[in-house]
Amino acid sequence: MNLIKLSWKYLTFRPLSTGLNVLLLALGLAIMTVLILIQDQFEKKVTTDAKGIDLVVGAKGSPLQLVLSSVYHVDFPTGNIPMEEAQKLAKNRLVKGVIPLALGDNFKGFRIVGTNYDYLNIYESTPKSGSLWEYPFDVVLGSEVALQTGLAVGDSFAGSHGISVGSHDHDQHDYKVVGILEQKGNVLDRLVLTSIESVWLTHEESETETDSLSSALPSESINHEKFHQKVAQTGFPISDQPREITSLLIQYRNPMAAIQLPRMINSRTTMQAASPSFEMARLFELLGVGVSLLQGLAIVLLGISGIGIFIALYNSLKERKYDLAILRAIGASRFQLLFLVFLEGIMLTLIGALIGILLGHLFLQILVSQNDSGVVAAFESWVFLKEELWLVLYALSVGLLASMIPAFSAYKTDISKQLTRG
Amino acid sequence: MLLSCQNLSVTHAGQKNLIFLDFKLEKGESLLVLGNSGSGKTTLLNLISGLLKPHTGSVILDGVDLNSLSSQEMDRLRGSEIGIVFQKPHLIAALSVKENLQIAKSFSRKEGQNIDSLLAVLGLESKANSSINTLSEGEAQRVSIARALVNSPKLILADEPTSSLDDENTSKVIQLLKSQAQNIGAGLIIVTHDQRVKAHISNFIEVKSA
Repeated sequence: MNLIKLSWKYLTFRPLSTGLNVLLLALGLAIMTVLILIQDQFEKKVTTDAKGIDLVVGAKGSPLQLVLSSVYHVDFPTGNIPMEEAQKLAKNRLVKGVIPLALGDNFKGFRIVGTNYDYLNIYESTPKSGSLWEYPFDVVLGSEVALQTGLAVGDSFAGSHGISVGSHDHDQHDYKVVGILEQKGNVLDRLVLTSIESVWLTHEESETETDSLSSALPSESINHEKFHQKVAQTGFPISDQPREITSLLIQYRNPMAAIQLPRMINSRTTMQAASPSFEMARLFELLGVGVSLLQGLAIVLLGISGIGIFIALYNSLKERKYDLAILRAIGASRFQLLFLVFLEGIMLTLIGALIGILLGHLFLQILVSQNDSGVVAAFESWVFLKEELWLVLYALSVGLLASMIPAFSAYKTDISKQLTRG
Repeated sequence: MLLSCQNLSVTHAGQKNLIFLDFKLEKGESLLVLGNSGSGKTTLLNLISGLLKPHTGSVILDGVDLNSLSSQEMDRLRGSEIGIVFQKPHLIAALSVKENLQIAKSFSRKEGQNIDSLLAVLGLESKANSSINTLSEGEAQRVSIARALVNSPKLILADEPTSSLDDENTSKVIQLLKSQAQNIGAGLIIVTHDQRVKAHISNFIEVKSA
């Protein structure tokens, strides 16, 4: 039997009071843990996913929506832009490189993105198995998509219209899985990649089918020749008719482009330009208010738990003044009594901190499990950060602070007076 | 000589001065300190156990002047060499019977007695892991005696150990204290107002308020 065991025995002797204080502390720390984890991973994801993209050009609308839909694939696109205009922009002397994107369909909530090989190059991503798309309706799956849908190279599936689950299927022509990308921990993990031609043909087919049904023409009249022509691997696809794409990802040629290009696009074209770094900084600023509120709530909870621990220790000391006198009478020193009370506070907060951090990770796990294809789905719930150690130290300092007055009260116990009273 | 108390006096703030008679105790000897309520019996016990510093005089235990010890040295000496039985058992309710003895042992640097054997001698072997709240008054009293004995102290001090007991149990408790003190060769001082104890210990002094 030592002081640690004695402290533990005192804590477990009043389970309700101990449990309540541990719970309060754990809840406060769980909120802080979730915030730290989300903030850290969100910032990393935002940086990783926007790597190599200086500017996004799309249809006029909300610039943040454009960035979210074209870089992070979490919001609805603002509309389409004429490919001809996009091609003109690509030739601008301030533009080093462009990557066209065509959105519009999904498979079980995972977005089908029509693009070219340059899109994979900016993320330095290569297939783990199979190869990249060569023909229309060839698709390459992100690692997370393959994992969650169970699709493998050689499998086929029908895409659904729209970018969220629940729309009708494009069942005229199935997509064929030709490759699966290696896991990189970026946005590609959650995308189904194909050529822009595939996206055009899918929608072309839908329209033709509707037209043929209405005009009662035989469906065989649809020209399937295009299905066997190789697709563009870089730049824009070749087309003999006016086409549209959803957005254009641009890399600047020089720093001057950052000043001139967005202004030029926004004022002289029917398109809009949005800078991912600027828009995300704006988003963080907006989210910052909510994060600060939650942090405030967590601090209030920690404060309440600190007061709770103080009251619990102080009351329990009043109840066991005689215990302390007895301990002194059987040989415990003043310092040992001081240490005993501090130990109780520290143990209480340490348990609360550990439970709180575990709860935080568990909350995030639940959050992740409820999001199959969003940004949250890519979060790692069981990654432990250095900042969590600070949370433990913070909790311990709350415990030390809360135990200070009770501990010194125990230190100053007048044994002879107490024993005479007893 | 085990214990010598000389010229002991103590002054409590706002209270009268307490002056105690000189007395000595040999190893293995028992002494009864009799006195009415408020006569200063418990104060004397606190002085002997070093829980209280005297205003004048000295307490010498086995050649060590308690006045010369620092607070920490006094705590260590008390933990190892002085066993105290209080009027009420005052066991630590958060601990089991055995743990109450273990915690007393943890404050001593001596080997002391084997806890299981001691509990067996006092008829408490079946209660070793019991919660304090489940003990009868008599059992709790015996556990408090075991706690005082567990470190094989040189001196056992008992404060009103029989005040709430009937004749039969008074006899049992005093005999138990005497026999256990003799077993470990300790001196025994019982402080009480209970005149019945005189029948068991003939060596006594009386404390009277001045």
